[in-house]
Amino acid sequence: MTETLPGAAIPNPTDEAAINAAVDQAITAIAGAATLDELKAVRLAHTGEKSPLSLANREIGKLPKDQKALAGKLMGASRGRVNKALADRTEVLEAENDARILLEETVDVTAAPRRRRAGARHPLSTLQDRVADIFVGMGWEIAEGPEVESEWFNFDALNFKPDHPAREMQDTFFVEPPEAHLLMRTHTSPVQVRSMLERDVPIYVLCPGKVFRTDELDATHTPVFHQFEGLAIDRNLSMADLRGTLEHFARQMFGDEASIRLRPNYFPFTEPSAELDIWHPDAKGGPRWIEWGGCGMVNPNVLRAAGIDPDVYSGFAFGMGIERTLMFRNEVGDMRDMIEGDVRFSEHFGMEI
Amino acid sequence: MRIPLSWLREFAEVPAGATAEDVMAELVKVGFEEEDVHRPTDTLQGPIVVGQVLSLVKEPQTNGKTINWCQVRVVPEGKEQTLTGDGIDPSGVQGIICGAHNFVEGDKVVVTLPGAVLPGNFHISARKTYGHLSAGMIASVRELGIGEDHDGILVLSRIGLDPEIGTDAMELLGLYDQAAEINVTPDRGYAFSIRGVAREYAHATGTTFTDPAGKVQAPAELSGGYGVKINDDAPIYGKPGCDRFVARTVRGVDATRPTPPWMVSRLRLAGVRSISLPVDISNYVMFELGQPTHCYDLDKLSGDIVVRRAAAGEKITTLDSKERTLDAEDLLITDDSGAIGIAGVMGGAATEVSDSTSNILVEAAHFDEVSIARSRRRHKLPSEASKRFERGVDWQVAGIAAQRVVDLLVELGGGIADETGTDVGTAPDTVTIELPAAFAAARIGIDFTEEQIVTSLEDLGAAVVKHDGGYTVTAPSWRNDLETKEDLSEEIARLVGYDNIPATLPVAPPGRGLTRVQQQRRRLIQALADAGLTEVLSYPFVSKAANDTFGVAEEGAARSAVKLANPISEEQGFLRTSILPGLIEVAKRNHSRGFRDLALFESGLVFLPGENLGTASIPPLGAKPADEELDALYDGVPAQPFHLAAVLTGHDSPAAAEHTPRAWDWADALDIARLAGDVLGVELVVTQGSHQAFHPGRAAQLSLRTGEVVGYAGELHPKLLASADMPARSVALEINADALFEAAPEVIVARHISAFPVATQDVALVVPADVPADEVLAALREGAGELLEDVALFDVYAGKGIEDGRKSLAFGLRFRAADRTLTADEASAARESAVALAGERFGAVQR
Repeated sequence: MTETLPGAAIPNPTDEAAINAAVDQAITAIAGAATLDELKAVRLAHTGEKSPLSLANREIGKLPKDQKALAGKLMGASRGRVNKALADRTEVLEAENDARILLEETVDVTAAPRRRRAGARHPLSTLQDRVADIFVGMGWEIAEGPEVESEWFNFDALNFKPDHPAREMQDTFFVEPPEAHLLMRTHTSPVQVRSMLERDVPIYVLCPGKVFRTDELDATHTPVFHQFEGLAIDRNLSMADLRGTLEHFARQMFGDEASIRLRPNYFPFTEPSAELDIWHPDAKGGPRWIEWGGCGMVNPNVLRAAGIDPDVYSGFAFGMGIERTLMFRNEVGDMRDMIEGDVRFSEHFGMEI
Repeated sequence: MRIPLSWLREFAEVPAGATAEDVMAELVKVGFEEEDVHRPTDTLQGPIVVGQVLSLVKEPQTNGKTINWCQVRVVPEGKEQTLTGDGIDPSGVQGIICGAHNFVEGDKVVVTLPGAVLPGNFHISARKTYGHLSAGMIASVRELGIGEDHDGILVLSRIGLDPEIGTDAMELLGLYDQAAEINVTPDRGYAFSIRGVAREYAHATGTTFTDPAGKVQAPAELSGGYGVKINDDAPIYGKPGCDRFVARTVRGVDATRPTPPWMVSRLRLAGVRSISLPVDISNYVMFELGQPTHCYDLDKLSGDIVVRRAAAGEKITTLDSKERTLDAEDLLITDDSGAIGIAGVMGGAATEVSDSTSNILVEAAHFDEVSIARSRRRHKLPSEASKRFERGVDWQVAGIAAQRVVDLLVELGGGIADETGTDVGTAPDTVTIELPAAFAAARIGIDFTEEQIVTSLEDLGAAVVKHDGGYTVTAPSWRNDLETKEDLSEEIARLVGYDNIPATLPVAPPGRGLTRVQQQRRRLIQALADAGLTEVLSYPFVSKAANDTFGVAEEGAARSAVKLANPISEEQGFLRTSILPGLIEVAKRNHSRGFRDLALFESGLVFLPGENLGTASIPPLGAKPADEELDALYDGVPAQPFHLAAVLTGHDSPAAAEHTPRAWDWADALDIARLAGDVLGVELVVTQGSHQAFHPGRAAQLSLRTGEVVGYAGELHPKLLASADMPARSVALEINADALFEAAPEVIVARHISAFPVATQDVALVVPADVPADEVLAALREGAGELLEDVALFDVYAGKGIEDGRKSLAFGLRFRAADRTLTADEASAARESAVALAGERFGAVQR
């Protein structure tokens, strides 16, 4: 690298043509510099101490007084042009350099590893929370109770007469010894009884939880499953209030188009009793009513068991299966998928349902 | 309950073209769920006609069998064959090969002609076989799908038929009929009859109902019949076991006569097989009227019939030829010879009607529901009779049913009825219900008109008297389920239609939202999922061994657990005291399905029986138990704390380019346990633990500050992993989450945040190898005083430069004052006093 252009004569600082030529030569060289290193060489050659313009500038001092001002003006403007060109070119080359480095750092983002494992909730648990949230939003409270329960809470308090076929239809797991009158709750209704005993009227509670029946596991049965049951006790509640509540819930759950149907049925703990169907427009094999759960007006004997006067208060209750809800809402075809704990089942849902 | 449509049509206006599906669509409106359709024509198609065997040539075959080459006339002589098609002989005589040998020339048989289809999608066509063109088949009852008998073909004369040749055999055998099967809820015993369902069909469709009971002419009073005494000295719940017993006598019955095909067909569609004429008649009347009856061979009875409770140890051989030992609570039908039937459940073999029976005593009785239910359960003898008695039979219909059986025995069996008869017992009080005028409207939410109320109730068969305040309603004798004004409201709503109930949304009073524990539980579950674990569920049924291993820390100790009386599998006959056994099973299942990297968690209840297990008795229904009774109920329910457990095996993440997964280890189990504490604001105290399910050197005991042990975390015991076929080094944790919830702070008091500069100092301390790092850290924290903001262990070293049996622990200490910038001297002084305390406690020496 040289600091001066070889063989170049020192231009006369009053010779405008010569100075301009030197400036043009410098600007051409600046423009031609392809890298910051080349530009550095150009800068030294054209603005360094031994560059023609610097040397010409130094000549000003030797000029007669009357020429100094003119020459100074000329040299100042000329060197200014060169410096400006240098600065501009530097900016361009630095930008290019930065861009190149970033380009060189390019990675294949599609090959990124997953370093964090995504966890997952079980959809039955997520769905249970969602149902609870809808009712909490309506001012209801969530009540819970034990899974091993006294027979009284599971049956007698709910107006299941001893020896009545309805009791046997519950396919109950009994605890040893049978004389202890303990069982695995066959529905979450004992929580309703506990709620009525523990709370003051009016009562609006939802009782979600596990329940147990002596069914063998197959595609549509499981000995352990989940329910949510609602109970409202207040003055002047009617079956219209029951329908309104269920309709509101169904719409929160399935959208504004959801509709429900009530059909007469029998449960010992409600009178009247009804079967609840929900209209499933997207059911496989065509739109149809799907059995969703049972409901009815609380039987006065149930209120009496909890010390609530049926002549003053009335109430309604309903219950649905969470597995069943998940099955038709999310098209789960086989009960076993929900039970076996295969990680693919939970992980497919993630935190959502 | 299966309803043959032809039977239903006798008493209700079912449109001629209606299918079983149409009938079910109506019945569902009044509360009967659809179950199934039974329709022979779904699998059976004609032409199937009556034919007469003109000739029968026995042709022995080389395979040792002999076949019959038959000429069968299928069109009356002199008439033309109107059927056409491949294999239909225009002459009206078909040549048919038949392998059965139970018929002779001249017999009339059922011929399935070419073109017919039999159950099993069996198409009949003319085909060459045994050297002949066989154009059709002579059918057995099994081939027609109407019976099990396959020993020979159906010879019509043997079922009492002599129809014209060419008659449509499907019509003849009732095969165009169909049955709707509906589910009858346990409160509605009356609907286990054509009578009950026909009435309901009329309700559903608004059409007319003809009561089958009304067609029977039964005498108003009976006397002089067979001696019957009701002698119940031990009624259950004070209700007599039998409160009516009607006995009628029919003599000279030919019990061998075939049951007419229309009756066989209806019984078959109703789900029972034809046995003999007297038994079929008895069944037929039961299905029609809902009253079970029983036929005794009169000549096998000795002395008066006495209805009484069994003597303990008394025995009877029932109709199914089994000897049964009776319980003192069983209600019996007896004569001088002893027990001749378990009342309402099953008759005895000794007095059974048989082919030689000529004189029949017909029983139509009314029994107590509970008594029958208990006997049926005790002897595991579910029968059509017990099903009806348990749910309630119309007291009034017994005499009518007996008469109907008598009439049919006379008509079809050629018997002669005695004019005398027996009818003993006492009618129950009629049930009268007061229905206040506005009650049903208030309960249902429909503003019922007076007409709707009265008409609905009268349609049910109730008598309604209107008065100032409302209605006095007398329930019909067949509706033992109607007892209260609520019951009547349901009936009114049901008949008016549930679809007419409007929707109103009641507003609950302002609520409290989720309780604190509910929120804590959600947060805990969500935190673990957020930390990358997958939530799963497992069953709570475990073996005793699993509870003894996981439920209790000390090796060899047994865990008291809740045992099930009727588990699904005896090996898993206990309820879990720990979530881990079930969770490990789930891990194994996933592992066997090819998933090697697993981080699973489950939360749920475990079952810990206390001193009191249940209660010896339970209070009656319909009344609030006394406080002490309730307390006993509550106390008897085992403790069921909410636990959280996790199992980790394999690696923390999938292997990938530029990423090396880390193998889960004991510290992860501990870390997750601590995370569970952190998200609840509870500090878990970790100490070296000892639990038989865990590696003896790699288990942490988790406690609260109070000292209460709340769980374990660490590496599972290698032997346990090996025997469970789980990968080595799998780790686990289990925490009593309820204990954490309770320990969580109610209110967290804020700390002052100092903006003054931090001073950090590191120390490396050499301590004996068995000193827990956590305790050294605690000593540093205590020794450093209030200037210490934080201290953390950042390195553990043993080896070169450190004496054997000792280790070096490196801690980073962060000092800061609340009110000033610390000088280096102040920070050093605090560090020195920290080190001094560690030295004092553990002989820690600075490196």
